[in-house]
Amino acid sequence: MASQFIIIHPRDNVAIALRNLKRGEELLLPDGRLLTILADIAYSHKVSLEDIPIGAAVMKYGEIIGEAKELIRKGDWVHKHNLDIDDKKRQS
Amino acid sequence: METFLGYERSDGSVGIRNYLAILPSVACANGVVAAIARAVPEAVPLYHAHGCGRGVEAMMHANVLANLGKHPNVAAVLVVGLGCEVIKAENLALAIGTSKKPVEYFNIQEAGGTKKSTMRGIEIIRRMLADAARLQRRPFPLDRIIMGLQCGGSDAFSGVTANPSVGLVSDWMVDQGGTVILTEDTEMIGTSHILERRACNPDVAGKIAKVIADAEQLTHDLLGPLAPFVISPGNMDGGMTSIREKSLGCIVKAGSRPINEVIGYGEIPTRKGVVLLDGPGYDMESMTGVAAAGSQIMIFTTGRGNPIGYPIVPVLKVASTSKMFEEMADDMDINAGVILDGAPMQDVGQRITDMVKRVLDGELTKAELNQQEGIVCIYTLHPAF
Repeated sequence: MASQFIIIHPRDNVAIALRNLKRGEELLLPDGRLLTILADIAYSHKVSLEDIPIGAAVMKYGEIIGEAKELIRKGDWVHKHNLDIDDKKRQS
Repeated sequence: METFLGYERSDGSVGIRNYLAILPSVACANGVVAAIARAVPEAVPLYHAHGCGRGVEAMMHANVLANLGKHPNVAAVLVVGLGCEVIKAENLALAIGTSKKPVEYFNIQEAGGTKKSTMRGIEIIRRMLADAARLQRRPFPLDRIIMGLQCGGSDAFSGVTANPSVGLVSDWMVDQGGTVILTEDTEMIGTSHILERRACNPDVAGKIAKVIADAEQLTHDLLGPLAPFVISPGNMDGGMTSIREKSLGCIVKAGSRPINEVIGYGEIPTRKGVVLLDGPGYDMESMTGVAAAGSQIMIFTTGRGNPIGYPIVPVLKVASTSKMFEEMADDMDINAGVILDGAPMQDVGQRITDMVKRVLDGELTKAELNQQEGIVCIYTLHPAF
């Protein structure tokens, strides 16, 4: 069976959807936990694997790709609406 | 430490192929080089478009051509010059000769034109061929290997399947004491602080920062209003929130080990581990930088599917999706797209690693089987005069 998402690096707290995910559906995580999808998430977009508090790092490829602008709930879509990607802020 | 079977050269480097190269010092000699190569198909012609008419790049181009001649996969070199060019055949032969490998040269103007030059070249190459055929493979540790990385014709899955799988191979190669070359500056934009953190010391970190800042500036200078299409997250609809995220999908090819050196286009690494090569994103010119750095093997990840190889370097193709792998089965060596079907990335990484080991020992890649040698494309930044 085709995978429904992929976690690229063990440190990551987001996964990549491998098909369009529907709000309300439940996915089985590799560690056996269930992940309830909180929004319609398009194929190749990011889905949060845990609750990420405001200001906390969002990790993909094992690297920080930005910080949560707001509390990102486990199962939520992660994109520019809730992910702060301001480079200058992080480098200072 | 694991070993591979290679051909030892006089300068201590080890090749994984035993090519005879015919190197034109200038594009004007390509025709004679082609005539020689038709007569002796075992020899590899290194057709290129340069050797004259350039000021700023002349030294860099001379280094590139000399380093292709010195390349460990090359047993011996015939340099064919015209006679009045800027990059002289004699000087190239002298530079290549510092590696102590057999090298000869002549100029077409002195040899008496095409026919006489061709006859002379055939005679020299046949003699070199007999000598090179006597060389035998012997086991060597993997710390003699430089593995170049390339991604071309990327798609949305290159950074999800193919590149992270190759990252596992890069970590393996570095842990074996080998060298891995990461290049394509434009695909590092946005990841400066991440790559700087991986630098082995502050000097290397500073060089990394400069390479990436210059690449971003150059993109603005050259493309003006079009620059945002290259350096901004142009594909946000595809799920990328930032240029950093997109670039991370490219640099993940180089795995996770420290970056020990930054080298220029036409230079050879002096350190092992991960080496960053300051070079263009354009695949054909990028591959020449990687080859001139002495990479005996290249791994080329592709999403859209690119069949190209390189004249003196086996190129191993990793496909990012099963669909493209099947559509271009003749050209692809490994299908990383199986990750999308549920295969563990570790398994794909292991499959690539196993194939790298077989290719080092002599197994031909699809690009080699298809004779996808192509031509030597060399980076230029300024117009010819």
